[in-house]
Amino acid sequence: MSSAHTKTEHGHTDHNYLNHGSGIWSWMTTLDHKRIGLMYFATVSTLFLIGGFFALGIRLHLAKFGAEPLLDPDTYNKFMTFHGAIMVFMVIIPGIPAFLGNFVLPIQLGAKDVAFPRLNLASYYIFIAGAAIAASSMVFNQVDTGWTFYTPYSTAKTSNGVILLVLGAFTMGFSSILTGLNFIVTTHKLRAPGMTMDRIPLMIWALYSTSIIQILATPILAITLLLIGAEKTLGVGIFDPDLGGDPVLFQHFFWFYSHPAVYIMILPAMGVISELITAFSKKTIFGYRAIAYSSVAIAAVSFLVWGHHMFVSGQSTLAGIVFSIITMFVGVPTAIKLFNWISTMYRGTVTFEAPMLFALGFMFLFTIGGLTGVFLASTGMDVHFHDTYFVVAHFHYVMVGGTLMALMGGIFYWFPKMFGRMTSDLGGRISWVLIFTGFNVTFFPQFVLGAMGMPRRYFDYLPEYTNLNQISTVGSWLIGLGFLVGLITIIHGIFKGEKASDNPWGAKTLEWQTSSPPPHENFINTPTVTAGPYDFR
Amino acid sequence: MSWSSLIPATSFMPIQATEIAKEVDLLYAFLIIASLVSFVILIGGMTWFLIKFKRTSVDQKSAYITHNNFAEFLWSFIPLVIMMGIFYWGMVIFEKLRTPPEDVAAEIHVTAEQWAWTYRYANGKEFYSSANDPMIVPAGKATKLILTSKDVIHSFYVPAFRTKQDAVPGKLTQLWFEPKQPGEYIVFCTEYCGTKHSGMMIKIKAIPSEEYAAWYHAEKKGADSPADLGKVLFAQKACASCHSIDGSRVVGPTMKGLFGSERKFADGTKAKADENYLRESILVSSAKIVETYPAAMPLFQGQLSDEDVANLIEYIKSIK
Ligand code: HEM
Ligand SMILES: [Cu+2]
Repeated sequence: MSSAHTKTEHGHTDHNYLNHGSGIWSWMTTLDHKRIGLMYFATVSTLFLIGGFFALGIRLHLAKFGAEPLLDPDTYNKFMTFHGAIMVFMVIIPGIPAFLGNFVLPIQLGAKDVAFPRLNLASYYIFIAGAAIAASSMVFNQVDTGWTFYTPYSTAKTSNGVILLVLGAFTMGFSSILTGLNFIVTTHKLRAPGMTMDRIPLMIWALYSTSIIQILATPILAITLLLIGAEKTLGVGIFDPDLGGDPVLFQHFFWFYSHPAVYIMILPAMGVISELITAFSKKTIFGYRAIAYSSVAIAAVSFLVWGHHMFVSGQSTLAGIVFSIITMFVGVPTAIKLFNWISTMYRGTVTFEAPMLFALGFMFLFTIGGLTGVFLASTGMDVHFHDTYFVVAHFHYVMVGGTLMALMGGIFYWFPKMFGRMTSDLGGRISWVLIFTGFNVTFFPQFVLGAMGMPRRYFDYLPEYTNLNQISTVGSWLIGLGFLVGLITIIHGIFKGEKASDNPWGAKTLEWQTSSPPPHENFINTPTVTAGPYDFR
Repeated sequence: MSWSSLIPATSFMPIQATEIAKEVDLLYAFLIIASLVSFVILIGGMTWFLIKFKRTSVDQKSAYITHNNFAEFLWSFIPLVIMMGIFYWGMVIFEKLRTPPEDVAAEIHVTAEQWAWTYRYANGKEFYSSANDPMIVPAGKATKLILTSKDVIHSFYVPAFRTKQDAVPGKLTQLWFEPKQPGEYIVFCTEYCGTKHSGMMIKIKAIPSEEYAAWYHAEKKGADSPADLGKVLFAQKACASCHSIDGSRVVGPTMKGLFGSERKFADGTKAKADENYLRESILVSSAKIVETYPAAMPLFQGQLSDEDVANLIEYIKSIK
């Protein structure tokens, strides 16, 4: 990346994307991918706080500390639904791609912006509209179906608020599709001179694979959700057996999207981790190709495993067996990535700033999440675990332990680039300790609860499950506290943080070759790329 | 079996009330060990590298290593082999969980609804569940449940038997178990079904099989048996005008020996005549047309209740 380090000598013009135009209006109408990324950041963080509020409510209720239950059953079910729907559709799915991806992808490619900046802004507003529609269902006509909207409960037995929530998710789906499209075109068309496909950073490979899933899978969800709406309003009988429909068909449709969607949630996280591990080991990533291609492999196979959510739904035994074996195949590229990251640390020179701690936390939690996935993929074992707290623990380990850890790590890593200031490393570390500890205290006991047989989505439970539930609740406060510390650290960093240099971590990818924060169009002079993305020689 | 009890995690599992539960727990113990070993290799290895390769001075250099084909082959191939083994092991257990033995001692129709279970025995004994009416089954013998639901999807989960099955409206699914010992075992609903989802609990009470026989033949609680009711319906709906019960050929296939036999269809496919097949043939006869017969049967969709259909099926089963 020889060409790039000339620019700082030309002196920092103090002109950057943050002060390029001022006032709220200049933000709301911006076409700059970096600003749009930050707007997603603000939005997703707010939604995360709301989703977190419901989570703490659920856990507090389940601790049964008082003599009276904290919530009544219907309120509990609504909390559970809001928590799931917000976290999945409004936090984890858009979190990394729309926020970090938007900020980082064009700079890493050496591009001035994404391919379709107007479409990018439109995607943001579509997301906001979707979130608003979904939120209105929480205010007016509350939903209690759980985030999976299984029929015929959702179509025949509950309030019409489902229509709003589903319409909100449908709308947000468009945002997701358009962002994916934008990323794919940007990756193909706007790479800097010299940046061949085998020189793009792994974060981009991950975002690219994610985008493919978004484009292919989201329409299925959209149609499925529309069908729910149609069934509820017009009474077409697709899912409701009373109208001649098949309720299990909905599950097929739903998981045909939602299984690939779990990879929309985790692949970008894997991209972030690849960046962090190489930057903080100061060493070329091990097996660049294996990591890049395994992302694509995961994206492809993820379309063929949806039936593993339905081993006991009444689908045939043979179908269960076929889905089980294909599911096992997803485990392999996942394992490959873990081995590659670990080998990257081998004979590196590792430092432990806050972003790296989050990356290590990811490794720890994601390994547990992935291994327990194998339990669930094994049919004979899953029959016992399906729809119990074991599944709840599994997907929190991968989604929260994995994706949120990566998101936090990514925020602390790219923060200097975003704001031109550093966060307090101590603040980041304290936040990490609290989240990491709290996370294990919250979710590890849930594996045990699941093994003991406690079903998920339970308002009440047998007395023998009490202790573990209480431990879990205590852990949830630690997590809450950890995020609070993280938030304070970030806000403090934005306003009071030390000035950051252009490349505080000594990383090699292109975003570190421009100033912090970058100028409006990312680079003063378009960089020319002459080597791979992680050339720590 | 003994070694698996050395794994503390297995002690969290509910009691092993069936043979299959033991097998599931053995797989579970294996998975725990395999996971622990993998975890130690991965996270232990990582921790070791972190300590060993911690940066100690500012201008320290990292090694330049880009890949290693042999290592990469090994860590793709070995997990693949292990996972195929786990798949196979799970599949063997799954098939046992799914395939009831030929000789079941009790067959019970279970209907779920928000938020209760009803169970009906072959002789018409019927219970609308509440916590104090357990489902009585013989110990040491196989019981088969035929599940359906009146409203939304529910799921019948017996932790002690390590088995569960969804009860789906408009469909019949099945579940079987063979409790080894007399005792009481809890049943949860595990498919979210609304307000009282977590309150939808019943117990299965396994009693010695002689006691069961006596209980079963003692005074009936319900009216006629489902098969008897089905016989009446068979006459009312004029089924007999096209279907014989003595094996002779009329317009449609005979009912004699139909249940459990293999059916061949006009489109060349085949299927075994189980409950779902009968249900479909009654409600939507045009779905599968038996070879050499005309598609003459009217559709009964919407004219028969789920209960009517269940009764008809019981009657057809009884025509041996
Ligand atoms: C890569 C990251 C992963 C993510 C983000 C993820 C996410 C999830 C989520 C969200 C669910 C629960 C869905 C629900 O609400 O019912 C789930 C269930 C499941 N996962 Fe994963 N998972 C991951 C890895 C794996 C792996 C590696 C395997 C297998 C090798 C696996 C196998 C399963 C199975 C079989 C279920 C269904 C369990 C059941 O419902 O009984 N997962 N996963
Ligand atoms: Cu239920």
